[in-house]
Amino acid sequence: MSELLADYFPLVVFIGVALAISLALMIAPFIVAYKNPDPEKLSAYECGFNAFDDARMKFDVRFYLVAILFIIFDLEVAFLFPWAITFGELGFFGFWSMMVFLAVLTIGFIYEWKKGALEWD
Amino acid sequence: MAEFWSSYLWPLIVVAAQSLLLLVVLLVAIAYVLYADRKIWAAVQIRRGPNVVGPWGLLQSFADLIKFVLKEPVIPAGANKGVFLLAPLVTCVLSLAAWAVIPVSAGWVIADINVGVLYIFAISSLSVYGIIMAGWASNSKYPFLAALRSAAQMVSYEVSIGFVIITVLLCAGSLNLSAIVEAQNGRFGLFSWYWLPLFPMFVVFFVSALAETNRPPFDLVEAESELVAGFMVEYGSTPYMMFMLGEYVAIATMCSMGTILFLGGWLPPAPIPPFTWVPGIVWFALKALFLFFLFAMVKAFVPRYRYDQLMRLGWKVFLPLSIAMVVVVAAVLQFAGLAPR
Repeated sequence: MSELLADYFPLVVFIGVALAISLALMIAPFIVAYKNPDPEKLSAYECGFNAFDDARMKFDVRFYLVAILFIIFDLEVAFLFPWAITFGELGFFGFWSMMVFLAVLTIGFIYEWKKGALEWD
Repeated sequence: MAEFWSSYLWPLIVVAAQSLLLLVVLLVAIAYVLYADRKIWAAVQIRRGPNVVGPWGLLQSFADLIKFVLKEPVIPAGANKGVFLLAPLVTCVLSLAAWAVIPVSAGWVIADINVGVLYIFAISSLSVYGIIMAGWASNSKYPFLAALRSAAQMVSYEVSIGFVIITVLLCAGSLNLSAIVEAQNGRFGLFSWYWLPLFPMFVVFFVSALAETNRPPFDLVEAESELVAGFMVEYGSTPYMMFMLGEYVAIATMCSMGTILFLGGWLPPAPIPPFTWVPGIVWFALKALFLFFLFAMVKAFVPRYRYDQLMRLGWKVFLPLSIAMVVVVAAVLQFAGLAPR
């Protein structure tokens, strides 16, 4: 086997075995358990009331904002990974370029903070 | 044919057997971790906890498993059936998949890939999908709201965990989890591990791990007085159990990550004979269990956070703190000439 395949092949097999175990657990009650559905049992839970309205309703825009901020910072982290592991070989040029980058990011972060994107009240 | 056998089929059987062994051991360990969690919680409140099934209640988790399997699986009429059933599967498989790269002792790892940390990071980011899918597919109001909350909470703390991992990578100089453990192997035993130089980051990692796995005091997802049981309201039987299983496997993963990144993985606490005789897996398990004990104690002691406090802690305290620590650690390594080459 090629080296790349030899490295990642066990990963695929492991996920396959995990999937098989999970599927077995998942399917078991559909085979063995007692089933007697009725309309009340199958209705959506709403504290004993009949469900009204569509459940997929409007929600607060701040959840969306958090998701956007997360994408920025998570990409940031992914970008820092290769820098962090080659840190010793990069020398001062590598160090200062990343400091400038982090400074720009921090300015953006302060802007978000001042704009109130992080407020939940 | 012989070549096919020796280079493909035989490795496949060996790896499948190893994977099965690891997963079975892991799941049995999770059963007892669950039991320990309940016992510790009970002891703090001066209760007895589970004590009926088997001696001292030791078989409680297995009785629970049988009960879950025998429960009627209910799929709500308004639900999107495919996504509804896919969600627990995704949660469970993803949380188990992270264990493929975790080294439990020197060389004891299923897939010793070079990008182990990145893989775990990616898998734990993906686990948000299970929750979003469950909340959306249930087509019910409580799960929907809980899924939004949970997703926002998990991604918020994911960012600080990312920066914490960067500080460890700066010190270790590798993405391979075994190499990170080896980098902590020093003359001073437990004082060479990263928890000491990176202590603030260890604390940030621990608290973020609590939030990331929806553990108390950050269990707003399951805030029973407002959201009933969070995104799992409509689930019953084993699909529900798989969410719980996924959650506990994720907690175990976080405890092992804490062990590998900060507590020296399988290394003995002192590099001298009485300690070095003990196999590495024992040290690994002891350290991971110690972290889990802290998780359980936090659950018993700390009251639940409010949602705005949770978001404030994540974005306004941990994020600036961890970015600052990345700068400080990088500067110290650079100017003191300590960076690994």
